[in-house]
Amino acid sequence: MGQTTLNMHPSAGSGGPTPPPHKDLYAKREQIYPKLAHGKFRLVKWVVMAVTLGVYYLLPWIRWPRGEGIPDQAVLADFESEKFYFFFIEIWPQDIHFLAGLLILAALGLFLVTSLLGRVWCGYTCPQTVWTDLYIWVERAFEGDRAARMRLDKGKWTFNKAWRKLGKHTVWLIIAFWTGGAFILYWHDAPTVARGWFTGEAPLSAYWFAALLTVTTYFLAGWMREQVCTYMCPWPRIQAALTDEHALNVTYRYDRGEPRGPKRKSESWDDRGDCIDCDQCVQVCPVGIDIRNGPQLECIHCALCIDACDQMMTKIDRPTGLIAYDTDVAVAARAAHQTPPKYRILRTRTVLYSILIAAIGFLLVWGLATKATIEANVLKDRSPPFVQLSDGDIQNGYTLKLVNKLSEPRRMEISITGIDGLAFNVIGFDHEGGEPIELPVEPYGVDRYRILVSAPDGASQRQITFSVRDIDTGETDTNRASFRGPN
Amino acid sequence: MSDEIKDIDDHSGIETTGHSWDGIKELNNPLPRWWLYIWYATIIWGVIYMVFMPAIPALPGMGTNTPGLRNHSDRDLVAAAVAELKEARVAQSETLLEASLEEIETDRGLQQFALAMGESLFGDNCATCHGAGGRGAVGYPTLADDVWLWDGTLDGIEYTLRHGIRHEADLDTRFSLMPSFGRDNLLSTDQIDDLTDYVLLVSGQEHDATAAARVAELYQQQCASCHGVNGEGDRLQGAPNLTDREWLFGGSRDDIYNTIYNARNSHMPAWQDRLDDASIKALAVYVHTLGGGE
Repeated sequence: MGQTTLNMHPSAGSGGPTPPPHKDLYAKREQIYPKLAHGKFRLVKWVVMAVTLGVYYLLPWIRWPRGEGIPDQAVLADFESEKFYFFFIEIWPQDIHFLAGLLILAALGLFLVTSLLGRVWCGYTCPQTVWTDLYIWVERAFEGDRAARMRLDKGKWTFNKAWRKLGKHTVWLIIAFWTGGAFILYWHDAPTVARGWFTGEAPLSAYWFAALLTVTTYFLAGWMREQVCTYMCPWPRIQAALTDEHALNVTYRYDRGEPRGPKRKSESWDDRGDCIDCDQCVQVCPVGIDIRNGPQLECIHCALCIDACDQMMTKIDRPTGLIAYDTDVAVAARAAHQTPPKYRILRTRTVLYSILIAAIGFLLVWGLATKATIEANVLKDRSPPFVQLSDGDIQNGYTLKLVNKLSEPRRMEISITGIDGLAFNVIGFDHEGGEPIELPVEPYGVDRYRILVSAPDGASQRQITFSVRDIDTGETDTNRASFRGPN
Repeated sequence: MSDEIKDIDDHSGIETTGHSWDGIKELNNPLPRWWLYIWYATIIWGVIYMVFMPAIPALPGMGTNTPGLRNHSDRDLVAAAVAELKEARVAQSETLLEASLEEIETDRGLQQFALAMGESLFGDNCATCHGAGGRGAVGYPTLADDVWLWDGTLDGIEYTLRHGIRHEADLDTRFSLMPSFGRDNLLSTDQIDDLTDYVLLVSGQEHDATAAARVAELYQQQCASCHGVNGEGDRLQGAPNLTDREWLFGGSRDDIYNTIYNARNSHMPAWQDRLDDASIKALAVYVHTLGGGE
């Protein structure tokens, strides 16, 4: 894996240009054998892994009664009936802006967290990180820690090696299968599709996606690992634009560590840095980099090097925190023998992100709280835009879609206004003139009505208003549409 | 390539691509090897695909494209899908066949089905002449208004669809012929000129009153048998109402003169041999709801 562009640390540069050795156009991947770290960040990662995996595997099983004929799954993306359920939130195709709002909120949340704490998303909660961590844990259980694994891979094929490898891949595949299997639960009624999956009654797409997710989980978490982060994921590139020198990043404090070098117990700490070149930070790194080279594109900020270094510093009786969450400005200030500035939470970008998150969050909550249970959508015929009737009147055709989000049938009163002398006719119903008409609406669905609106000769182009009123509850909605004529 | 002087980046010691944008250079880091393998895999996949699937188009002398070992044909798949769809629609088609046109139009479920079916059938078969949504064109009646030459009831529309208009292969077709008064020398051009004013008069447009008065008698002799004593038309013969604002071939002085001189007799094919009964019923309901059904 090549060293990449974010090489900020001064000691990384070599003396002058030297011709590099012959290099292949394509780099062989170097297998990384991350060593098990111990410490508070490792603990946090175990907890986050347990919580995120627990949520992923169990969430579809939670029930949430909604009423007759409506799925009672708390989280469900129901493509068949074109609805998305999330606990008390119910999103119809007509409310798709809520989904857009949620995604914008998620993106802004990621921006805010990145400008405060760097790539914590990558380091702790990204599915790629969580599943890779889980897979490495399985690998460690079968093949031992770093040194043992390296020995095993170098060694000849023996029975010992064979069963360990076989066991590891079997468990990996089982985890992959459960991952793929859990995925399809989000798109169908979980108990039904789970039973159907084994009796052969589940839809073909369920088998296909379960297989797809099984294969991708197995390969991405078992084989590809850090290659996904470095070569496939756009986030490392985007992140460079979102973080800055004031963000807390996993940082090697070179002001304290340099000059580095091995140290005997008898030697003094004077005139040297605290880094004893023990290589622990490199050995625990899941992406195979040296954090002491400064911020790098490959670094997912999992903070395991902090744990490894702290453990070593405690052992040699030096203060911990040689590698720590720190800002670039603080390290640079200390290196120049100045007092490091205090960490600033309130910066232009963090304040801006917070305001945007609050504003969009408020709009979403307000929108959800006041969401209507009826909705009128009017589609005007585009061809013909209008016709002239034999008596000279102008007629326009419309399709009225009435959305009823409740699970009982309702009676709606439709009135159309906007032009003097306007008359309308709903196809299939007996109605003349401009008086309101009562229409039945099916429970929990969308009803379409074809409506012909006519206005006296000479009516000019204008907007007309379709008003819908629930006769029993009085809830209303209106929708405007244009009425066209020859002038 | 090995002879070229390589540009090495001072900072990282890595060779650059040699491209420089405002002093910013691109490091020539090697690609991961698995990427290369995936590329090889796609080449192998391409060869396998060519063997099993249609790949080489029909070059001159070949007659057809290479079918591949799987003998795959999208055309056949579409035909199979259409057959499958027809099969799936049997139940609903049968309810369409059993129900009367009025029932189809007033029953919510049947109406939705018939309108959806009618809309696509209309787009495929009728919109070429009558325009999308039945907007009409010169010589092709607008179906979205309330003017009907023959019959605008559900049954009347179904009859027209089945038998066509002036479709001579169908004995039951709707038929009438207007004589070419000018071309066949039935009337002089002066008389036709005056008759034009008379038609303008009955349709309430600007006209020469003395000219119209000259041919009041002639109109009753030559035209009234079809177009009516007062120009109100006759549905039984498909003779247009001359007093309304709707003109199939234009309502200007020149258009009317032209119509009297040459006569206009347009055609519509009979659809009963081309579409099945359910389709014709769905189309009848669709056309009836377009805007002017009676």
